[in-house]
Amino acid sequence: MTRTKLLAVTAAALLALSACGGDDADDSTDASDDTSATAQAFTPPDLKALTELGEPEGELNIVAWAGYAEDGTTDPSVDWVTPFEEETGCEVNVKTAPTSDDMVSLMKTGQYDVVSASGDASLRLIASGDVEPVNLDLVPNYVDVFDALKMQPWNSVAGVAYGIPHGRGANLLMYRTDEVSPAPDSWGAVFDDASTYSGNVTAYDSPIYIADAALYLMATQPDLGIKNPYALDDKQFTAAVDLLKAQNEHIGEYWSDYTKEIQAFKNGDSVIGTTWQIIVNLAQLDKAKVDAVLPSEGATGWSDTWMVSAKSEHKTCAYLWMDHIISPTANAQVAEWFGEAPANEKACAETADKSHCDTFHAADEAYFDQVWYWTTPITQCLDGRTDVQCKDYGDWTTAWQEIKG
Amino acid sequence: MILSRGARAALAAVTALGLAFVYVPLVVVLISSFNTDRTFGWPPSGLTVDWWRRAWDNAGAREALWTSVRAGLGATAIALVLGSMAAFAVARYRFFGRESVSILIVLPIALPGIVTGIALSNAINTSLQPLGVEFGLFTVVVGHATFCVVVVYNNVLARLRRTGGSLEEASMDLGADVFTTFRHVTFPAVRSALVAGALLAFALSFDEIIVTTFTASASVQTLPLWIFNNLARPNQAPIVNVVAAILVVLSLVPVWLAQRISSDPAGGRI
Amino acid sequence: MSGQDPRQPSPRRRLSGVLHRHPLLRLALLLVAPMVVLVVVYLGALAMLLVSAFWTTDDFTGEVVREPTLDNIRAIVTSGTYRTVTLRTIGVAAAVTVICAVLAFPIALFMAKVVSLRTRRVLVVLLLTPLWASYLVKAFAWRAMLAGDGVVNWALDPVGLSGPGFGLTATVIVLTYLWLPFMVLPIYAGLERLPDSMLEASSDLGAKAGRTVRSVVLPLAFPAVVAGAIFTFSLSLGDYIAVQIVGGKSQLIGNLIQGNAGAANNLPLAAALAGVPVVIMVVFLLAVRRTGALDNL
Repeated sequence: MTRTKLLAVTAAALLALSACGGDDADDSTDASDDTSATAQAFTPPDLKALTELGEPEGELNIVAWAGYAEDGTTDPSVDWVTPFEEETGCEVNVKTAPTSDDMVSLMKTGQYDVVSASGDASLRLIASGDVEPVNLDLVPNYVDVFDALKMQPWNSVAGVAYGIPHGRGANLLMYRTDEVSPAPDSWGAVFDDASTYSGNVTAYDSPIYIADAALYLMATQPDLGIKNPYALDDKQFTAAVDLLKAQNEHIGEYWSDYTKEIQAFKNGDSVIGTTWQIIVNLAQLDKAKVDAVLPSEGATGWSDTWMVSAKSEHKTCAYLWMDHIISPTANAQVAEWFGEAPANEKACAETADKSHCDTFHAADEAYFDQVWYWTTPITQCLDGRTDVQCKDYGDWTTAWQEIKG
Repeated sequence: MILSRGARAALAAVTALGLAFVYVPLVVVLISSFNTDRTFGWPPSGLTVDWWRRAWDNAGAREALWTSVRAGLGATAIALVLGSMAAFAVARYRFFGRESVSILIVLPIALPGIVTGIALSNAINTSLQPLGVEFGLFTVVVGHATFCVVVVYNNVLARLRRTGGSLEEASMDLGADVFTTFRHVTFPAVRSALVAGALLAFALSFDEIIVTTFTASASVQTLPLWIFNNLARPNQAPIVNVVAAILVVLSLVPVWLAQRISSDPAGGRI
Repeated sequence: MSGQDPRQPSPRRRLSGVLHRHPLLRLALLLVAPMVVLVVVYLGALAMLLVSAFWTTDDFTGEVVREPTLDNIRAIVTSGTYRTVTLRTIGVAAAVTVICAVLAFPIALFMAKVVSLRTRRVLVVLLLTPLWASYLVKAFAWRAMLAGDGVVNWALDPVGLSGPGFGLTATVIVLTYLWLPFMVLPIYAGLERLPDSMLEASSDLGAKAGRTVRSVVLPLAFPAVVAGAIFTFSLSLGDYIAVQIVGGKSQLIGNLIQGNAGAANNLPLAAALAGVPVVIMVVFLLAVRRTGALDNL
């Protein structure tokens, strides 16, 4: 039996088991399991994966998070694109996108070949037929990927793999060390206590941020019964939206472009808010007095997957890229630059900072059980409830516009 | 004197303030292009010519500049042809719907750019892509041409209204055919209006970002798109300041030219 | 003379004759190209967009569902958010227009009536050159200037004041800054056409400068002011970039349109929202037709 088939059968079996087992009796708020059963309630279009690699086409158009495909222009020593171009002859054009929504709409144009999709984009891309299944045999480095990332509900459907795991991480709470003391350790600093820094609070500008509010409510209002911040029924959703509307009074600026967030923190226009590790790193490099923490309630986060566009005309280059980016050296470089846990086990040996994988909990599944990866909310509740309908992403988008006012 | 000294002094003061208002941010841009701080902190923490050196070497900026020039030339050419044809029609003839023509031509620039942008993008997606027309320089040029036409149209129309048709009639009375009349009488009269219109149309197209965002493809990057992409990247942002400073200085040439060539002291109508 | 029979006109002459005798044909030839392009390309695209306002999008796959429905229109009309945002946008656009007019009129008057021709040319050049500095760069320059540690605060600090920071005030300032040349030029062109003799006559009749400006200059220059207003109003109505850069957390209707057209991938809703500025501008244009502003552009 080929490796793919074995994986597929195992995954299918696991899915079947988890679907039967159900989560009703399970009271723990375990992050990774709950998306399994009901998220698969759709049939993806019938697309076939590439069967074999051809000649590299000489060009590759990438949609990626800023920091994922560095070619030396941000920092001359940070470059894993040029070696790839030299080795494969695939000239790379990178389009950075600030949010998952932007990535989905960019992929819809059909002009890009690969995308680094977070969980709140991947299933949408699969459902609309914008990405096709991935032939794991054509990606030699895939074997070394952490098992916890393989064939997960956000990167596979019914046992068919749709992408190559990139890495994962958590959203953090960043603050100005000289303006905010004592150091915060709870998301309350930007929710219930946001008035302390009114006008200087920032938050991520995307509807998916509603999950952060829901996460906070999970800890502070347990009677709402939120088990999964992406599975919100009417009452829970209204509570989250109200929390965000209250927060909006104290927000100075929402951010999606990280240069603006770095600027804002440097000159004090923002003193506290959500962030990614890379932003903290770059701000500190620029002598900003900032630091970041993972609050006690846990955090939302991401587990990103490289996916191939169904309309791509450069699929060989696409596969070569995916193999390259999860190769130990490149994966280590991007994980260190961005500040996330790499997908490839062997990358841990290649990081410049030998304790990188420990700091970012690369092999620590218990840690990532606390991190709620970005996932697309759908009407079938992701926490397994069948008695209510949950709010889907369209509702989240409309609500987000209302929140911003 | 037409206006009293006090009135003139007041006007001069307001004008001076106005010009100061216009130029202070540009001076800030210029100073920022020497700022060692990557994120435009003020006052500048230090001065360096590093960004100017990097801008000089930046192939992306040069390519974007060339793309913008090409797009501008294409849009201006189309605007010149269509704009002057429409202006002649409206100026020299009376016909039913004459006013509507004016409104129709003004519409692309009167409606917000984002409406034009998503309308064209949607149209290309749904009807042109199946026919093989892809997003690219061509779609960008067409997008720009829609609002550049009005600039040429206005200038030529204003000029035609001022010159009147009697010269042309005289020329025909003397035996010249339509084409000779055009070449020797009409065209010289409107030539400077065409130049003024063309320069303004080019300027509009050159700095346009909203419609361009929606009609360009991944590989077509005009200068504004390049600026947009690079202002978001910490190490590239200061280079953008350099590019902007250079643009302002370089633009003195065409603006001055428009002034000299056009007998319309406003340098042309928008 | 030529060997040709002079009574037989050359082909070119014949064509010229045909054209001369048939003005309608000339008119048609002149109009067909611009009209075809504008009507087919522009109006056609606009119509397609407005039609799609009656469709919806499948939330999960993002595909457009082509079944006509009034959902989007209803959402816009009933939703408090869209109403607030629309009113806010109209307010910003109106403020920008008024401030631009107030600033531009004296400058244009100075340039048209007070200074010599040479100075006039220099002033026009000075005023037009900034148009070439990229819109984005100017907006980001203002962002740096209005930031917590920017020039504005640094300058106002000794006086004990502080700048407006980011928000709607900043947005109005920046938009005024960006569109000022678009208001000065039409007014200047209009004032230029105003005969000096009118001003002299007014002063001969005993009017002081203020009275002359109020009773003679302003009414005659009004169409030109309205022409400038068309530009500043429409440019501000649809702008979404400047507000993202200096607007803090505010959103205008342009942001909603762009957000829905792009990130939220809901083109039908974006089209419905786009209908709002279209309606506003068409009403505005029809209203100003009678002032003759369209001839002053």
